[in-house]
Amino acid sequence: MKQFIFVTHFLLVAAFVGVWQTPADANELVVYSARNEHLIQPLFDAYTEQTGTNIRFITDKEGPLLARLKAEGASTPADILITVDAGNLWHAAEEGILQPVFSQTLQRNIPANLRDEKNRWFGLSLRARTLVYSTERVRPEQLSTYEALGDAAWKGRLLLRTSKKVYNQSLVAMLLAAHGEAVTENIVRSWVGNLAAAPLANDTQVMEAILAGQGDVGIVNTYYFGRLQQKNPNLKLALYWPNQGTGAGGVHVNVSGAGITRHAKHRAEAIRFLEWLSSEKAQNLFADGNLEYPVNPQVKAHPDVAAWGTFHASDLPLSRAGELQKRAIKLMDRAGYR
Amino acid sequence: MAASEPIIGAMNVKARLFRAFTSSVRPGRDSGWTLLIATISALVLAPLLVIFTAWRQPVWDIWEHLYATVLPDLLVNTAMLSVGVCVASAVLGVSLAWLTAMCEFPGRRVLSWALLLPLAMPGYVLAVAVLGLLDFGGPVASLIRGLFGPGAWTPPARSTPVIIAVLTLTLYPYVYLLTRNAFLTQGQRVLEAARTLGCSPFRAFYKVILPMARPWVAGGVMLVLMETLADFGTVSAFNFDTFTTAIYKAWYGFFSLPAAAQLSSCLVTVVFVVVLLEQRLRSRRRYAESRPIATGTRLRLEGPWRWLALAYACGVLLLALVLPVGQLMFWAIGSFGEEFNGRYLSLIYHSLRLGLIGAVIVVLASLGVAYGQRRRPGPGHRAMVRLANLGYALPGPVLAVGLFIPMIALDRYVSTFLQDAFGLEPGALLTGTGLAMLLAYLVRFLAVGFKAVDGAMHRIPPHLDEAARLMGHGGFSRLMRLHLPLLRNGLLTAATLVFVDIMKEMPITLMTRPFGVDTLAVKIFELTSEGEWERAALPALTLLAAGVLPIVLFMRAGEGAGGSGRRSEKG
Repeated sequence: MKQFIFVTHFLLVAAFVGVWQTPADANELVVYSARNEHLIQPLFDAYTEQTGTNIRFITDKEGPLLARLKAEGASTPADILITVDAGNLWHAAEEGILQPVFSQTLQRNIPANLRDEKNRWFGLSLRARTLVYSTERVRPEQLSTYEALGDAAWKGRLLLRTSKKVYNQSLVAMLLAAHGEAVTENIVRSWVGNLAAAPLANDTQVMEAILAGQGDVGIVNTYYFGRLQQKNPNLKLALYWPNQGTGAGGVHVNVSGAGITRHAKHRAEAIRFLEWLSSEKAQNLFADGNLEYPVNPQVKAHPDVAAWGTFHASDLPLSRAGELQKRAIKLMDRAGYR
Repeated sequence: MAASEPIIGAMNVKARLFRAFTSSVRPGRDSGWTLLIATISALVLAPLLVIFTAWRQPVWDIWEHLYATVLPDLLVNTAMLSVGVCVASAVLGVSLAWLTAMCEFPGRRVLSWALLLPLAMPGYVLAVAVLGLLDFGGPVASLIRGLFGPGAWTPPARSTPVIIAVLTLTLYPYVYLLTRNAFLTQGQRVLEAARTLGCSPFRAFYKVILPMARPWVAGGVMLVLMETLADFGTVSAFNFDTFTTAIYKAWYGFFSLPAAAQLSSCLVTVVFVVVLLEQRLRSRRRYAESRPIATGTRLRLEGPWRWLALAYACGVLLLALVLPVGQLMFWAIGSFGEEFNGRYLSLIYHSLRLGLIGAVIVVLASLGVAYGQRRRPGPGHRAMVRLANLGYALPGPVLAVGLFIPMIALDRYVSTFLQDAFGLEPGALLTGTGLAMLLAYLVRFLAVGFKAVDGAMHRIPPHLDEAARLMGHGGFSRLMRLHLPLLRNGLLTAATLVFVDIMKEMPITLMTRPFGVDTLAVKIFELTSEGEWERAALPALTLLAAGVLPIVLFMRAGEGAGGSGRRSEKG
């Protein structure tokens, strides 16, 4: 029994000593990220190599990260918040977690609709949420707009991801901005009426269901398509760019982006890092790892991404997606879109 | 356990708690136990209070919206899921425990620990593996369509029975392990007595064995219920809406943490009421067994029964473990080159280490609470212990935030104090350190450890305590020399469950881990949050393998301690 007590004490002491952390040192940045480790780590490594600045980070979902930043308040170690989806960025800004940053470089490198009007967050990579169809059963001429997916021709042929995913909430929020409440609700209802199967958990499942013949057309983020395509170059699926006519609104795009926290301890260094992220070299690292589009118009997309062709993107300010998100969710709930 | 204590209703918990506290303040014998129990319950109560205080600003518009649209369906779904998973886990867990503990059939020894392995399979992993197998384009449906033509009926992958099955196959080990322990410590003598009185083995099982194992079965089922109610990963893989998915929607979709907290408080209240009801139903019974197990008298299954038992146990293993592992391996081989690197050693190390330390802490705390309750039974203690068990019923991220807020407050308080008093700037002492993480695990998993330890504690007849006391052994000496040896199986059970649970745990680990402490579960989160399921197969398999190790070790140690298991086979 003495041994047991000894071992227990030993383990406890070892545990506490071992996982105790050292406080932040001067030449470093602390990042909270909702973007995955394997997507951001290469960037951090490149930046550290180039500048000698050490970057420490944790990853988590947006919700817990925001709650954590709010709770930590002025004592937060975080300098930068990286997250996915304009709705989340908008919300972080609304909560007062991010501070405005005025930088000529950022203004120049990032188009106005992909950053916050008050300069609290900046889009860093762009993804389109577009249509995907079976090349075996659908001809591209049959497709036209997001709205037209509710037409009778697609009865029992449409596949959608769950409305609980923020990407769909942003898409519907943008439709809401364009059409207003009543029309958008009808559009969503007509989608639900055309579903070939109950909404799926993720975009990959949507594409796999189309491949398996459960449905013919769906709405997905471009990089999920890119991933499948890299695995199987002869994929019997293709992307379609909807709403390309004049006044049709353009393809719905979204960003992953970053902002500097209100209580950042290394503000100047953090700004330098954001500027670097919007630069040519970093833009490719940032976007290509996930097959996304660079936000910086001077930077070319990954060849596989460029091969999907060019499109006219919606130029509505992305912050509208955040403002309208709550209404969009309520609308989807009413329309029975799970 | 004091059998005649009246059960308190939910309404006067506060008054009882208050009385228990005030009585404990008076210096007296054993008041240290009250202090211990109170401290541990206070740890759990802190996040619960944070969550309940969200009601200071009710978010009625979200409630109204949910009520008008999705809530009725959610409640039906949640009820079906909870009842289905609890019943199915009870049936699987008890029947398998009875077969491996009380009967003799080919392969029993290996199966008795192999049947625990699904414990190491996280529900969200099994869900994805099952979807991979059963989905419209998966091998099963393709085979059926290939055999019977394209219009043939295929099993619907996203149906309530499949979701119930997935959760059951990952959760039944709680019931299995606790019940098996009960059967092993219960001994064969009751069974023999019943048989002598003319009962058939099955009748004896229903009339005698099962009622005597009831607290353990109920304890296991309660754990299953809490896991099911708090589950998000598994149900969201199927896009199945439950009450917990509504909590996430309120938080991540409506950006309303208060609404999420208010919904969570309802969930906790429901669990609390169920706990009270269950305990009220069995409050007046005692379950102590005066002698350890009689050996060598397992019921020998004859003829076809032997093979049926074997086939049944293997069938469960096939569905819960072999098929999903096969699917995961198929994926892992494809992504191995891309995924595997030297970091895996550090991931495994962090997972094992956190699991081990967390298990030690939770088991010690459970032991303290269970022994304290034994030494000083009373309504106050019981109320506190019940509250202390509620940490398991909250969705992980909600509990994580509930814990984080008081920790930050404490940090701020301490650092202000140190600054004012000594001019020191210590930085965060709790948040972002391993200490916060371990405290959070304690709050989360106390219920798991406590159910196992307390169950074993009930098996020790109170008159042994009396005898030891008369022989002049003090409280601590009795614990060390009498209870600990008799509790060995219970402690090992608790340690196994907590160890594996911590390794699987995601939200608390994500929120409280220090910089650079990445575990296998974190790695799985990284890959799955953007849908990279096939790449997540390798860390998932590694997690499974790492979880198998403690299970096998603990089970072997437990069998050795019980003595009965091995000797009976030789005899």
